[in-house]
Amino acid sequence: MNNRESLFSAKNRRLLTTPLGKENPITIQVLGICSALAVTVKLEPAFVMTISVIAVLAVGNMIISLLRRTIAPRIRIIVQLVVIASLVILVDQVLKAFVYDVSKQLSVFVGLIITNCIIMGRFEAFAMSNKPWPSFLDGVGNATGYGIILIIVAFFRELLGSGSVWGYQIAPQFLYDWGYKDNGLMILPPGALIVIGIIIWVQRSRDKELIEEN
Amino acid sequence: MNGLRKFIDNIKPQFEKGGRFSYLQSTFDAFETFLFVPNHTTRLGSHIRDYIDMKRTMSFVVIALIPTLLFGMWNVGYQHFLSMGESVTLWENFWFGFVKVLPIVVVSYGVGLGIEFIFAQIRGHEVNEGFLVSGMLIPLVLPPDVPLWMVAVATAFAVIIGKEVFGGTGMNILNPALTARAFLFFAYPQDMSGDKVWIAEHGDAMSGATPLGNLLTHQPLTTSASDMFWGFIPGSIGETSTFLILLGALFLIVTGVGSWRIIVSVFAGGFGLAAFFWAIAPYVAPDNAYMALQPWYHLIMGGFAFGAVYMATDPVTAAQTNRGKWIYGVLIGVMAVLIRVLNPAYPEGMMLAILLLNVFAPLIDHYVVEGNIKKRLKRIPVKA
Repeated sequence: MNNRESLFSAKNRRLLTTPLGKENPITIQVLGICSALAVTVKLEPAFVMTISVIAVLAVGNMIISLLRRTIAPRIRIIVQLVVIASLVILVDQVLKAFVYDVSKQLSVFVGLIITNCIIMGRFEAFAMSNKPWPSFLDGVGNATGYGIILIIVAFFRELLGSGSVWGYQIAPQFLYDWGYKDNGLMILPPGALIVIGIIIWVQRSRDKELIEEN
Repeated sequence: MNGLRKFIDNIKPQFEKGGRFSYLQSTFDAFETFLFVPNHTTRLGSHIRDYIDMKRTMSFVVIALIPTLLFGMWNVGYQHFLSMGESVTLWENFWFGFVKVLPIVVVSYGVGLGIEFIFAQIRGHEVNEGFLVSGMLIPLVLPPDVPLWMVAVATAFAVIIGKEVFGGTGMNILNPALTARAFLFFAYPQDMSGDKVWIAEHGDAMSGATPLGNLLTHQPLTTSASDMFWGFIPGSIGETSTFLILLGALFLIVTGVGSWRIIVSVFAGGFGLAAFFWAIAPYVAPDNAYMALQPWYHLIMGGFAFGAVYMATDPVTAAQTNRGKWIYGVLIGVMAVLIRVLNPAYPEGMMLAILLLNVFAPLIDHYVVEGNIKKRLKRIPVKA
């Protein structure tokens, strides 16, 4: 087969890169906001969450894509849920085994990956009608786009809310001696909304195509 | 005056299109229209122009705020020396407060106007006058010993996130001054309310809490109603004297700048619910000191009057229709008392009540307009 696409053809590369910017799940499609608010107080849980979602979405997309011809359309949601749930349980067990502290911090939010709209959305929109390899790339791309925002938000929230990055104190002691205080708003969920809002604002003023006509 | 006019006319061409400083046009325009009545003419549509433009309207509000500001300065000094057990002259009280309050005002105006000018330059529109009032309101709703950097951060937050993101003056959903206060309230709660706020600098001075703070900790009310009405109590800089606020309200209503409907309905709503709580207090919650409070206390305590007169009436964020204004005002009063009495986490409900109703004002207007259309449609005779 000569006309077979190479593994990283331009089309496949686009599957990886567009979700990072122009079709970002959080800032453009506004999906997965709930977990973006909940796990971004500190950088470490946000990072672990990102890895977990990448794993679940990439593998899940591939499995659904392999099964796509055998799934009866009527029961496809149930099949998709079974796939996600099994993967999430796997991820949860791995986290508990290797990074127990972070797993405790993330608590129910690992389980709630099941309800993350990005995952169901990609299953429905992409994996059900595409081959396994592009589906895998699409999963990695979308989960990374989600994760990038999570990590940016967590970075600013931890820096401004706790004066630290990845648990290490960044704000020097003399600042506190001069009367500086950590911003409590950043630890509350509205802090995440404000940071996400600012990211959306910056992204849209840099890329005028994204501004809707009205 | 003539000399100044001539000077401005002389340098004006340099700031117009093609001039040497054309990139500073909006900055120049701001100063010119601030000093003189603008000579803009209408290009389209209606050709009748009222010279009372937004800058003039805003100046009236600032004038209405000046008594509370001056009294606030005096009261800061008075409370300070009172807590130290000293008695000094009126002038010394005022001077102490002046030195404390002036830097807050300067920082608020400096940061806020700086950001306004930068945005106006970047976006190429006129400098928004709205900040003339917000810059004065922000210091008045803060406690007098708030650190200056917090004032700067909160002002920047209010102007950028509260206003410029939505498109500047006239487009904002939330009242900018209250946005600044809400930001500080949630970001640095220890510095905004509670018993630490009113500590004077000297070690031997007593720390005091505001009457609202006292009630929250189930201490008996020690201040008299007349003190609260005239304003001899600790509190945020501008909010203590209900009398002077009412004076400002009178000025705003007479000049037509503030809406009497909103002011009256806020007081009515607050009084109504407070009276209801007062009546049922002995039967439902005998140990809730807030609930047992006589209803008129609610109106003179904390920021209720200040919020009703200067914050709720903000023409941008309030409801626009007359019937909408009644609903909006009553709900603010009701929510403020509701939060005070039933939510132990927030001693003062006025700020949250106004911000909440700011969000709902467009919805209220929408239904008032819809209702009116429906009513008038009924008058059309049905064709047989």
